Amino acid sequence: MPTDLPSSDPSLKMVGIRLFRENVVLVVFLALTLLAAFRYEGFLGHHNVTEFLRYNARFGFIALGMTFVIITGGIDLSVGSVVALASVLAALCSPYGLLPTLVIPVLAGSLVGAINGSVVALAGVPSFIATLVSMMAARGVALILANDQSIPVDLQSTVITIGEANIFGWIPAPVILLILVYVCGWFVLNQAPIGRQVVAVGDDEAAARLMGVSVHGIKFWVYVASGGLAGWAGVLLAASTFSGLPTEGVGWELQVIAAVVIGGTLLTGGSGSVGGTLVGVLLLGLIFKILDFENGVGGYDLKAHWQSVIRGAFLLVVIVFQSRRAVKDR
Amino acid sequence: MPAGKSFFVLRGARHRARRHHLINALQQYGTLIALAVLVIFNLTFTPGFRSTLALYTNLIQVAPIVIVATGMTLVIATGGIDLSVGSLMAIAGALAPIVFQASVWPLNQQAVGTALAFVLPVLVAGLFGWCNGLLITTRRLQPIIATLVLFIAGRGIAQVLTDGGHIEINRPDFQYIALGRPWGVPLQVMLMLIVVLLSVGMVKFTTVGRYIVAIGGSRSAAWLAGVPVTTVTWFVYIISGCLAGMAGLIEIAIISSADPNRLGLNMELHAIAAVAVGGTPLTGGQARVLGTLLGAVFIQLISYTLLTHGVPYAAAQVVNAVLILAAVLLQQVKS
Amino acid sequence: MSDIWKTFPGVTALAGAELKVQRGEIHALVGGNGAGKSTLVKVLTGAARPDQGQILLDGRKVDFRSPSQAQLGGIGTIYQEVNLVPRLSVAENIFLRYEPRRWWMIDRNRLNDQANKQLERIGVIIDVTRPLATYSPAIQQMVALARAMLLDCQWLIMDEPTSSLDEREVKVLFEVMRQLKKQGRAILFVSHRLSELYAVCDRITVLRDGKTVLTESTKSLSQIDLVTAMLGRRRKASHRSLSQGRGFHSDVDDQREHGTEVLRASHLSRLPRLVDASLTVKTGEVVGLAGLLGAGRTELARAVFAADPLQSGEVSLSGRHVRFTCPAEAIRAGIGFCSEDRQVEGIIPGLSVRENMTLVALPQLSRWFIVSHYRQRQLVQRMIERLGIKIASLDQPIDELSGGNQQKVLLARWLCTLSRLLILDEPTRGIDVGTKDEIRAIVDELAAQGLAVMMISSELDDLIDHCRRIVVMSEGRTIAEFADDPIKVDSILAAMAHGTEVLEMSGD
Repeated sequence: MPTDLPSSDPSLKMVGIRLFRENVVLVVFLALTLLAAFRYEGFLGHHNVTEFLRYNARFGFIALGMTFVIITGGIDLSVGSVVALASVLAALCSPYGLLPTLVIPVLAGSLVGAINGSVVALAGVPSFIATLVSMMAARGVALILANDQSIPVDLQSTVITIGEANIFGWIPAPVILLILVYVCGWFVLNQAPIGRQVVAVGDDEAAARLMGVSVHGIKFWVYVASGGLAGWAGVLLAASTFSGLPTEGVGWELQVIAAVVIGGTLLTGGSGSVGGTLVGVLLLGLIFKILDFENGVGGYDLKAHWQSVIRGAFLLVVIVFQSRRAVKDR
Repeated sequence: MPAGKSFFVLRGARHRARRHHLINALQQYGTLIALAVLVIFNLTFTPGFRSTLALYTNLIQVAPIVIVATGMTLVIATGGIDLSVGSLMAIAGALAPIVFQASVWPLNQQAVGTALAFVLPVLVAGLFGWCNGLLITTRRLQPIIATLVLFIAGRGIAQVLTDGGHIEINRPDFQYIALGRPWGVPLQVMLMLIVVLLSVGMVKFTTVGRYIVAIGGSRSAAWLAGVPVTTVTWFVYIISGCLAGMAGLIEIAIISSADPNRLGLNMELHAIAAVAVGGTPLTGGQARVLGTLLGAVFIQLISYTLLTHGVPYAAAQVVNAVLILAAVLLQQVKS
Repeated sequence: MSDIWKTFPGVTALAGAELKVQRGEIHALVGGNGAGKSTLVKVLTGAARPDQGQILLDGRKVDFRSPSQAQLGGIGTIYQEVNLVPRLSVAENIFLRYEPRRWWMIDRNRLNDQANKQLERIGVIIDVTRPLATYSPAIQQMVALARAMLLDCQWLIMDEPTSSLDEREVKVLFEVMRQLKKQGRAILFVSHRLSELYAVCDRITVLRDGKTVLTESTKSLSQIDLVTAMLGRRRKASHRSLSQGRGFHSDVDDQREHGTEVLRASHLSRLPRLVDASLTVKTGEVVGLAGLLGAGRTELARAVFAADPLQSGEVSLSGRHVRFTCPAEAIRAGIGFCSEDRQVEGIIPGLSVRENMTLVALPQLSRWFIVSHYRQRQLVQRMIERLGIKIASLDQPIDELSGGNQQKVLLARWLCTLSRLLILDEPTRGIDVGTKDEIRAIVDELAAQGLAVMMISSELDDLIDHCRRIVVMSEGRTIAEFADDPIKVDSILAAMAHGTEVLEMSGD
C-alpha cells in the first residue's frame, strides 16, 4: 500500500503527524517568516510584503501551469524563454492599447505551448527535449523581435497602471489575479472532470487510455496552459520593469520547477498540489528575500547566489524523500 | 506472451528490420552527407572559409561541446540523460583558478599548482557525476530527475566558489590547454580528438563499452545475462562528469575568465543536440560517438554559415532549434 | 460471435474461432499459450479488429473500432491487471469521464452517492472517497467491475480477473458474478485455473491454434478431457532418435552420468505466484517442468536463477547451500537461464548476432577489459556450426533472424560459458517445426554430455520425449513427479487437471 496516500487512522496523534507531514512546506514557510520577522527590523512591513507578493506573482503564474505539466509526467523547460518573448511582445504592443498588450503575449505563449504539446503528445518526443528546443527557439524569436535590445514599454500604457495598482489600497492587483487564478486552478485540478483526467494520465497513462481518457488531448492542453501562463508572467514582467527584455527569464524554469516539486508535486507525475505550489513559490521567494536582508543587515555574508544552491538542496531532499516512499511500496 | 503474438511480432519485426536497416544507414550517412554538403557550400560561397583560420575557429568553438557530448553519448546509450553537464562545467571552471591561485604549499609552486588545477576540477566534476550515479542506481530515480538537482543547484555552487563574480585568469601555463598549439594544432582540438578516439575505442572494443550498449538495448535482458548494470550505469555518469569538467577548463582558459553565470550555459542542450543529430537514439542501445562528433560539427557549421552570411545570431538560434527538432523527430519516426 | 478470423501478417492468431455465449450464463474461455485467447478478447473488446468474421450481440451485428466504442456498445471488460488509476478515489475511478456534474464541475455528493449505489449492487460497501490504491486488489477488481457495469453493459468479459486474488476474495467475486448472471447478463470468463472454471462456469469453450475445438457444458466435461482438448493429442512418432545422424561432435556417446545432484530447490516461495516448490536436477538429466499457465513454473526458474528475490526456501548447488542476489552471481556459479520472453528478456535488439551470443561470455573473451575479437569470432563460428544457425553474417542484427534462429543464438549464449545447469523456459515456443526439432536434439545432446537441464514446456510431447523426469506444478506448488520409462501422458494430464487435489490425495 503506497505510504504517501492519506491513511484513515483517526487518533489525534496520527492526525497531527499526518497534518504536519502533508504540510511540511507550509510549516517551514511560516517558521521562516516568523524567524525573519524577529531577526530583521521591519521585515513584515506593509511595503515589503506588497512588493514581495507583487514580485513573486509572476513566478506563481508560471508555476501553476508547470504544476499541471509535471502532474502529467512531463516538464516544461521553455517557460523562461516564453516570458522573455512575451515581455518583448507586450512592450511592442503597448502603444496600441491595453487589449493587444494583454492578449498577444499570452497568445504567443500559448502558441509555443501548443507546439510543445504537439511534439510531446503526438510525436512522442520526450518533454525535456521538446521544451529545451522550444526554449532555444523562443529565445531566438524574442531576440529577433526586439532586435537584440530591450524595448521600452509605452509609459502611457494602462498595463503599467494595472501592474502597479493596489486594490483596496494595499493588495497589488497582480496578486489578486494570482489568487483568483490559483483558486480556479485548484478547482480545475480537484473538482473538474478534466483535472481528474490530468491526474489519471500522470498516474497511470495506460489505464487512463483504456478508461477512455484522451491522453493526447490532455497532454496537449497542459502545455498550452503552461505557455499561456508564462506569457502572462511576461506581461507582468514588462509592466513592472517598464521594458521588454529579450534576455530575461533565464533560469526561471528551474526556479519554478523547484517550487512545484518542493510544494509537493511528484516529478514522476500523478500527484500534485496547487496550494502546495503556491507555498513553494512563496517559500523560495522568501529565501531569496532573507538572503537579501541578511546581506544588508545580518552578520553573515550570505550572497544571493546561495539561493540556487538552497533551491537545489531543497529539491534534493524532497526528491529523495519522495523516492523513499515510492521504493517502499514497490 | 502467447506464441501467436510473439511470432507475429517477430515476423513483422523482420520486415521492419530491413527498412530499419535502410533508414539506419541513411541516418548514419545522412549526417555525413549533410555535413559534406555544408562544407562544399561554404567552400564555394563563404569568403575566407578555405583557410586554416576558419577551420581552427570552428574546431575550437566545437571542441568543448564535443567533449561534453561524448560523455552525453555514453549516458544516453544506456538509456539515461545527464542534465547537469553545464553546471558541472561551471563548477570545474570556478574551481580551477582557486586551485592555482591558492597560496598553500605545495600549491604555490607554479607547476604543481597548475597541474593540480587540471586534475582537481575534473575529479570534483567526476565526483558530482558519481552523485548522479548514486541517485540513479540506489534510489532508482529517473536520470532526468536525478540530474535535475545539479542542473538547478550546480551553477549556484560554482557561484559560491567565485563569490558571485567572475575571476580573471592570467596564467599562460594553465591556459595552454586552450591557447597552446603543439605542432600548430590547437591543444583542445587534440584533446577533443583523443577523447573521441578513446571513447570510440572503448565502445567498440572493451567489455564496458559493449555493456553500455547492451544496457540501453534491453536493460532486463542485459541484467539476466549477468551484465553488471549498476556498476556500468554509475560509471557512465562519472565519465560524463569528468568530461564536463574538462570542457569547463578549456572554456575558462580560452576566454581567460571563470564566470559561473555564463560558463556552460545551455551546454546540456548543445550536447543532447549533437547526440541526436549524430544518430544515437535517445532511447539508448547505440553509442555513435563519431556521429556525435559529426553532429556537433554540423550544428556548429550551420551557425557559422548563417553568421558569416549576415544572419543575426538570434535567427541562427531558431534555425538550430528547428534542426534539432527535425533530428529528434526523425528518430521517432524510425522507432 | 461466429467464425472470427484474425490474421497477423505471417501467422494466423485466430483461424475461424467461434464463440457463442448466452444471456444468463457464465461461459469459460480456455486455451494454452498461443491458442488465441488474448486475441479473441481483444477483438471482442474493440482493441483489435477481425480480418474476417463477425460479432453479433443479441442477433445484431456490431463492429467496434475502439475500446470506447465497445464500452458504449454494451461490452464491459475486467482485465487481469486492474486498469484503474491508483491515486484517484474509488468514486472518481468508477465515474472517470462520466462524472455527475453541476455546471462544469463534479458534483461530489452525487458522485459518491452513485458510486456507493453501484458498489452496493455488487455487494461491496466501502468508503468511496479514499484513493483506490488503499484497497486490496480484490476490492480494486470490484471497483473495476462497478465501472464496467456503469454503462449498463449486458456482456461482461473478465480476462483472468483472479490472478491476484486469494481464495476468499475469489469466492466473493464469484458470488457477484452469479448475481449478475441472474440479472440476465452474459459473462465470458477467461482463465486457466481449472478449479475456478468448474466452480462457477456453465459452459466451456476451448481454443487451440486459433480454432475452437470444443464447446461443452461444464457438467458433462471431465477435467482430463478438458486438459487434453487444450493441449492436443499426442504426436505419433517419437523423436528420440533425432540426435543421431547429425554429426555431432560427441566424445561421450550416450553415456549419461546420473546421481550427481546439481540442483536442489527446497520449498521455494515467493508469493503470490510461487507458493511451495521443490525439485532436484542431476547431471546428465533433463527434468521437465509441466503445468498450466500461471502454475508458477517461470517463477520457480527465476527464483533459482536469482532473477527474483526469494521469500523463503533454499537452493543448493552441488550440495552447497547458495544464496544469490542477482543473476550475475548465479551465472558465475554455472547456471544459465533462457527466458520464455525472447523479445524482452532474451535478445538485445539492435546488437549483432555475435554480440548477443557472447554477451554472457564477454569477461572470458577479454583480457584487461579489451574484447578479443578474434576469439569472439572463433567462438561464435563454432557455435554457429554446432547449432546450425542460419545467418547472413556474424554481424547481422539479431532482429533480422527468424524466431528459431534467435532462440539458437540465445541457447549458444549459455553454451559459451559451460554452465552446470541450464534452465530453459519454453525453448521451442514461436518457432517453426524444423528448428524445433533441431533445438530438441541440441538439448538431448547437452544432457548426454553431462549438463543438467531444467526445461519448462507447454508441449507435453516434448517433455515426454526428452525428459527423464517430469515435475508437475499447479498454482505455485510442485505437486507430482513422474519418472517412469516411458512416462504416460495420461498421468501428467491427470496431475495437471486435478491440480492441488493431487497433493491432498497422495499426501506428497
